[in-house]
Amino acid sequence: MSFLTDRKRAVGMGASHVGTHHHWSMTVSSVGLLILVPLFVFTFGPMLGAPHAEVAAFFARPFPAIVAALTFVVGFMHFKNGVQVAIEDYTSGMTRKILIIAMICLSYGAAATGVFAVARLAL
Amino acid sequence: MADVNRGNRPLSPHLQIYRPQLTSITSILTRISGNALLLGALLAVWWFLAAASGPEHFAIADGFITSWFGDLIMLGSTWALWYHALAGVRHLIWDTGRGFELQTAETLGWAVIIGSVVMTIFTLIVV
Repeated sequence: MSFLTDRKRAVGMGASHVGTHHHWSMTVSSVGLLILVPLFVFTFGPMLGAPHAEVAAFFARPFPAIVAALTFVVGFMHFKNGVQVAIEDYTSGMTRKILIIAMICLSYGAAATGVFAVARLAL
Repeated sequence: MADVNRGNRPLSPHLQIYRPQLTSITSILTRISGNALLLGALLAVWWFLAAASGPEHFAIADGFITSWFGDLIMLGSTWALWYHALAGVRHLIWDTGRGFELQTAETLGWAVIIGSVVMTIFTLIVV
């Protein structure tokens, strides 16, 4: 490590120690959602209120199932990172830590539940 | 620390001092719509889980989501979804360093508001 200069270690990292990684993940997931959200809205939307057999048959097809599963994963990861910034803006100390951890747990839990449900419907 | 005067420094005015502007309101709405979408997203997860569990459980979740109260949540979520998506596009444009002139920023704000309403009506017609 002694071959690295302080400047080399500092460049691009900022106060967060991970540089702009958080912002970059928001950028990537937002572009992903720009593609996924319209696809999800116009496949999931018409199925609301449809008979159970029709819903099961529809999400047994690859395209609607993959779109739904991807939307849950990318959407909840986008929410996890976005809500963290909001929490950091308005709270501090222990409250901040508890809220961030709770929202991370909720996001992974909801994403996993959504993917499990889609997989069970599809397979 | 070089910064010895820690208690008596001039503070910038608080948020409520400023006159609300289109740019500030649309920015605040981006955060509100994004966080509010959690409700609609969890409802969608519940709907999928119910559909995967079988017809009886599905009837409960689908019945709730298509009730007047469920419709109200889905209508709000649809608008929030399009608003947040368009406001996100505005952020992607800003991230490239473009669109910060006051006139352009105001135009983008109106585009987000009008675009989200148009997209919501379009979604209601198609879905």
